[in-house]
Amino acid sequence: MIRKFYDVVVIGAGPAGSVAARYAAMGGASVLMLERDREPGIPVRCAEGVSVNGIEPYIDIDESWVAARINHAKLVGPSGNSAFLRNNGAGLVLERRIFDVRLCELAIAQGVRLLTKANATGLIKKNGVVSGVEFTHDGVETSVACNIVIGADGVESRVGRWAGMDTALALKDLDTCVQYTLDGIDVNPEYCEFQFGNEISPGGYVWIFPKSNHSANVGIGIAGDKAKDKGPKQYLDTFVAKRFPEASATYTVYGGVPTSYMKDEYVQDNVILAGDAARQVNPITGGGIVQGMIGGQLAGETAAEAVKAGKFNRRFLMSYKRKWDKRLGDNQKVMFRLKERFLGMTDGKFENLVNFIKTIPEDKFSMSYLFKEAVKEDPKLMMDVAKSFIVSKLKK
Amino acid sequence: MYINQHLCDVCGTCVSVCPVDAIEVFETQVVIDNDVCISCGKCAQVCPARAIGDAL
Repeated sequence: MIRKFYDVVVIGAGPAGSVAARYAAMGGASVLMLERDREPGIPVRCAEGVSVNGIEPYIDIDESWVAARINHAKLVGPSGNSAFLRNNGAGLVLERRIFDVRLCELAIAQGVRLLTKANATGLIKKNGVVSGVEFTHDGVETSVACNIVIGADGVESRVGRWAGMDTALALKDLDTCVQYTLDGIDVNPEYCEFQFGNEISPGGYVWIFPKSNHSANVGIGIAGDKAKDKGPKQYLDTFVAKRFPEASATYTVYGGVPTSYMKDEYVQDNVILAGDAARQVNPITGGGIVQGMIGGQLAGETAAEAVKAGKFNRRFLMSYKRKWDKRLGDNQKVMFRLKERFLGMTDGKFENLVNFIKTIPEDKFSMSYLFKEAVKEDPKLMMDVAKSFIVSKLKK
Repeated sequence: MYINQHLCDVCGTCVSVCPVDAIEVFETQVVIDNDVCISCGKCAQVCPARAIGDAL
């Protein structure tokens, strides 16, 4: 039996939702989590690459959901010229269909109640105050009362819209993506590969994330404003036909990745967003698993504090946004500015970037080194980054 | 705008760019409310499955 009231209702049981639910429950709140699909983790709309450091705070590494351990990243420029990033720390390619269920189990162990096949359809408002969630469970219309709703409902971010937030993305801030899991191919499971170039993938990149020495997630994301004449599938099919002509696709999936950043308005009275729904994604790489789990933790902790304090207004809940900015948000805004620059890069500039990375000594590689050197090459970059830092500080 | 349900993967990408909130996702189906839709075409442009068009 589902109770009539929970302190917190989390919508979406992906990494952001299940971590939010877990931390809210750990802070003493009663928590219900609604998942639209029959099982968390499916369908897998994800390239499944993460850093070990990023996920370790949230789950003990277990081989059952590790497909491959990654040591390097290989960046390939438009001409086929390539460079390795070797000192980038250990990475993993996940089996999300197992990983997501494990994260839910960790939430359930803290007292969270999970409902699958539970499709949220709207928020209940009493005198303008959000006081519950309407949903269908196994197709039957029902509802639950609560004090806080955490919208972790992915790129579509419906919860935000129901709460009156403007979560609509500009076309340039949405990558439209297609991915095949290809089998019967020859790949090196030691590294993930990224292919750049305006012919191959305008405003984005093609990724090859190995799942074994004979299979990989091979996908593409292109900026939405560059998808008018040709969609991502056409670009990816061209790439695959050339690179893996004999491959079989064991899985095909479509999806969208927000490449924006989290905004103040994603926090309202009684409602906060987390994960892709809150645009908690690295706007350059499109990576969102770790970002979503961090956002989920902060959202869950804040919700639990709100329950303890009995305060659910925006003023109280904004501490979530402040914690996010300190942790990742300020950095995310800088990344967003850099993304805008990448979007305008010519193939010649991509080649220069690859050539430049090649010159970095293996033992010296770090993001700060890369950045320092890049600024030497392109002083205007420093101005751009400085400007976005100042703007983000002024806003506070 | 109209959705070819045979091509649609129910990924929700179209919803994220809709400026007028005309698209709803149910468990197994995406639905466009053409009384609300302003035919701006953004959903069709970003649909990775190319399942959306301005006619059935």
